[in-house]
Amino acid sequence: MHGSLNMIGYGLAAIGSAIGVGMIFAAYINGVARQPEAQRILQPIALLGFALAEALAILGLVFAFVVGV
Amino acid sequence: MTAFALPMASNDGAFIPPTISDTHVPDILPWMAEYGTGFGKQMLLVILSVVLITWFFTVAIRKPKLVPGRVQFFAEGVYSFTRNTVGRDIMGEKNFRPWVPLLFAVFTFVLLNNLFGAIPFLQIPSFSHAGSAYAIAAIIYFTWIGVGVQKHGIRYFKLAVVPTGVPGWILPLLVPLEIISNFIVRPLTHSLRLMATMLAGHMIVVLAGSGAAYLITQQDNILLNATGVAVIAGSVAMYGLELLIMILQAFVFTLLTAIYIQGSLDADAH
Repeated sequence: MHGSLNMIGYGLAAIGSAIGVGMIFAAYINGVARQPEAQRILQPIALLGFALAEALAILGLVFAFVVGV
Repeated sequence: MTAFALPMASNDGAFIPPTISDTHVPDILPWMAEYGTGFGKQMLLVILSVVLITWFFTVAIRKPKLVPGRVQFFAEGVYSFTRNTVGRDIMGEKNFRPWVPLLFAVFTFVLLNNLFGAIPFLQIPSFSHAGSAYAIAAIIYFTWIGVGVQKHGIRYFKLAVVPTGVPGWILPLLVPLEIISNFIVRPLTHSLRLMATMLAGHMIVVLAGSGAAYLITQQDNILLNATGVAVIAGSVAMYGLELLIMILQAFVFTLLTAIYIQGSLDADAH
């Protein structure tokens, strides 16, 4: 069976990040649903939170390619 | 990345996935290249981006009209976006004005260099090489430390790592943690986030392209050829995602710059 352990490691690392991003946008949707005027205020916060949570998953993807056997 | 050929090694029919070393481009002027300072395509793209930004904004406001045309509207939109959403909303009314030029320059520079990765002939997001991401993050790192020291004196370092209102016995645990988190991890994640997203987006498109090429040209099974065409459609979707990520990462980089500078200006407020 061919493949690399790097990719399995990246797949496991992406679980936590995906859950985190889902929670951030769930909170954003909840906030806008309760008060639609808050959309302009909440949007930069939601995008910032998304990028911060996504950063770890992206680092995992890069290390999966860089740390070679 | 060579502009016209995908890296495809034929090795008795096995698929060789592209590696990081395939993203290195040869130097144009190998000038002390063994020390890593050869003048390459990436440096040319950085210079080109500065020239393009200067030319675009000079041309866009050349004959300003009260009811703007399309180009002027776009240029004013970019400027007011960085000034309002990133500058005024993050840094407050009192002290955002001196920082608007820096935020605007950082945003347009990072955005245009990211978008170079999506243009077919240029094809390298300049920040996918770690050196340039470290350089721009280092400039901003020394900027926000310098602002803090200038405003609060040498007391700034105490203000930055000791939060108010904590009992004294927890300080030996908290202060090293704050030092690592503020002064070591911040510039690293600031730069690596940009580098990693650019590199990852680039690698995904390269992987999809080389996989599609392998499936279509080097396999005889017709179902695998059809799968190759589906992979091409998937790579178009990945390209759209990469465009979105490029614009988003430029925005987040500028937003974090504003947040760090605001944090050091307000270090005595909490």
